[in-house]
Amino acid sequence: MAGRPTSAEEVAEAVRAHRQVRVRGAGTKGRLVDGPGELLEMSGLRGIEEYEASEYTFTARAGTPVREIEEALAEKGQYLPFDPMFAGAGATLGGSVAAGFSGPGRFRYGGMRDFLLGVQLVDGRGTLVRSGGKVVKNAAGFDLPKFMVGSLGRMGILTEVCFKVFPRPRRTRTLRIAAPAPAAAVERLVRVAASRWEADALDYVPREAALYLRLGAPGEALDSLAAEIEAEWPGEVAVLDDEAERACWLSSREMTWANGGRRVKVPVSPSRMAALQELVDGLDGCEARFASGGAVAWLSVAASLDALRDGLARAGLIGLLFAGPADDPLWLGKRSEPAILADMKQALDPDGRFPAI
Amino acid sequence: MAAGSQLQHSLARLVAPDRVYVDDVHLAAYESDGLTVFRARPRAVVVPETSAEVVAVVRWCHGNAVPFVARGSGTSLSGGSLPVEEGIVIALNRLDRILELDPVDRVAVVEPGVINLDVSVAAGESGLYFAPDPSSQTICTIGGNVAFNSGGAHCLKYGMTANHVLGMKAVLATGEVVEFGGRSREHIGPDFTGLFCGSEGLFGVALETTLRLLPLPEMFHTVLAGYRSLEEAGNAVSAVIESGLLPGALEIMDALAIEAAEAAVACGYPGGAAAVLIVELEGPREKVAAERVQLEEILAATNSFESRVAADAEERATIWKGRKSAFSAVGRLSPDFIVQDGVVPRTRLGEALRRIGEMSAETGIRVANVFHAGDGNLHPLILFDGREDGGLERAEALAGRILEMCVAMGGSITGEHGVGMEKRAYLPGMFSEDDIDVMKRVRAAFDPKEIANPGKMFPGPEAPALTAHGLHPLEKAGVISRE
Repeated sequence: MAGRPTSAEEVAEAVRAHRQVRVRGAGTKGRLVDGPGELLEMSGLRGIEEYEASEYTFTARAGTPVREIEEALAEKGQYLPFDPMFAGAGATLGGSVAAGFSGPGRFRYGGMRDFLLGVQLVDGRGTLVRSGGKVVKNAAGFDLPKFMVGSLGRMGILTEVCFKVFPRPRRTRTLRIAAPAPAAAVERLVRVAASRWEADALDYVPREAALYLRLGAPGEALDSLAAEIEAEWPGEVAVLDDEAERACWLSSREMTWANGGRRVKVPVSPSRMAALQELVDGLDGCEARFASGGAVAWLSVAASLDALRDGLARAGLIGLLFAGPADDPLWLGKRSEPAILADMKQALDPDGRFPAI
Repeated sequence: MAAGSQLQHSLARLVAPDRVYVDDVHLAAYESDGLTVFRARPRAVVVPETSAEVVAVVRWCHGNAVPFVARGSGTSLSGGSLPVEEGIVIALNRLDRILELDPVDRVAVVEPGVINLDVSVAAGESGLYFAPDPSSQTICTIGGNVAFNSGGAHCLKYGMTANHVLGMKAVLATGEVVEFGGRSREHIGPDFTGLFCGSEGLFGVALETTLRLLPLPEMFHTVLAGYRSLEEAGNAVSAVIESGLLPGALEIMDALAIEAAEAAVACGYPGGAAAVLIVELEGPREKVAAERVQLEEILAATNSFESRVAADAEERATIWKGRKSAFSAVGRLSPDFIVQDGVVPRTRLGEALRRIGEMSAETGIRVANVFHAGDGNLHPLILFDGREDGGLERAEALAGRILEMCVAMGGSITGEHGVGMEKRAYLPGMFSEDDIDVMKRVRAAFDPKEIANPGKMFPGPEAPALTAHGLHPLEKAGVISRE
């Protein structure tokens, strides 16, 4: 039976009351929630607690849908620049932090870890704890908020989060740059990333043999920047209309392009993109989209994971399976498990109430 | 064998005899850092040259339960690298190699003793730079920046040091050598790299750090505006923020700070200003051209009596020189001063400054203000004369009241200097017992014997040798400055 707490105190009580507890936001990354123990539905902890636009910060309860936040921010001309993943599918703030997923906009200003300022969480002993702060700059105490990014509900249950936000660019424009082969794609991506143009987002879509680049700037500046990029690769650059632009980034954020039942996140970097794409090309039913200037590959896997696991291990990469059957492994490839990982788990969750990491 | 020479002998086997100091002359050079009111003489100073030597020393410390303090250039303003009397100092300045600079992945891999600015200088050849720019960037090291999550003048837009650290190889206080993160800007699993940044040396020593590099902005547009009151300058900041612009920097200095900077570096700030505001836009030329029009309109609607735009890189440098030298310059107005580092919600800046002014008037203690206005990060400079009976104590009491005000306003006791030795008594003002208990459990996971920089961050017994010593010698020479 699932519990549905409506306050941080109730989450703490639930943790104390059960031998094993796991937590679910909207379930957009379902595999991360699978496991034994009482399931806590976080949808009851919903709503913005503080939002002062001129502070560039907001605080909200962890079960609040990202979409709700984005709407409130948009009213004041602001946004979370890293385009949190799966907002359209209902992803919550807490789930997004625990998964540590950032979308295409991460390219320009950084991701989840860079915008999270403070958290309130329930540790494995059922104690309510705060870490970080509610101002844009703070260096007091250990940075547990960052540690919670990617902690997958294994180190604590987030009940409240505080973020930094930015003013949203007045206008954006998205360009499609042809990228015939992975090697050429990387070369062009590196060129864009090092350029004066300051792209806000930069994705590589192997299926379409294309790079997508999003600029954000006042209107006149957009025309001039776009013209220069078009001149850089004559005949190979196209400007997307508004509808196509919207669809492009929605596809990136929601992974609507993915056909496979299994989905994997693989942190990567430009120098290793071509090798990863080559690996993916060699696997039946496997497809990749590289986001955030080649910082991350999102994989869709229709067939067995074995070959992918081996390939990632050989490439020295590591993937996180966030959608797929419960008996599939969570981690794929070469994962290091230093003693400090177990020691931190022991420090925050001494009785092992949360799933193993 | 005497205890001292036994220690020396043991350490000499780990590094080399000529890189272990136990004599008074050498030890004296390490007994203080940028916060000169504290002094403690360590038992020895070890100067490793390789990360293997650092690992060996840390393992020896762990095995023998000897406390250690890792130190770079010793510019901490919170007493973060203050030695422990019963322990040793591991001086990391000779681990100063940039191991890798990769323009494709846009990362640099560096040793802890590399100077902050040297990263940007090296990366500049590839059109890249390292964004965090503490005022001491010409001398402070990456190891110290990582340990204290250092800031600078560009944090609102680009974040602090932690936002630019992607991975590291570190030796923990237990002697375990770990690798966190990597060269990707993304990670999976709990973010140990982020947790290590700002841990104030309580977890261990970062041996190799992978830094995120950014492309150099094509151009800067730096504006200096003079105001007749501090409040008007504050209102201008609000107007800029509310306009939707995202400047790279938004800085304010008050009259006393301007007077000091003018005397020290002749920065040519508007005469008779009660406050100056520095706003800097950066980016592609077309974008800056459009935004500068917007900025001009905003500033024209404020009450600035003089506004000036840097025409070239040299004029920009002069404007920044005034700002970055302000703190040491204040040393000309007073034999001693304390730099505070509190943060308030930006919308309460005006109120905070007014209250600091009132406290200053009430106590008769002069306070100069220089601050990162866009971040709400205050740097009140509390002037005092350490030779006066109780001078330091009165200044510290005022500093404490300011920190308490910051916490009460929902801010923080430190924006970028860290808690260190200086502000540890104020940590419980910001966090509950449960919050601090978790931090202690985390610390115990990394350092069960409490040998890595003990006595910092958490409230503890009286700090050693609390006396006024005036400016740091390097500061007097104008080599380093405080921010």
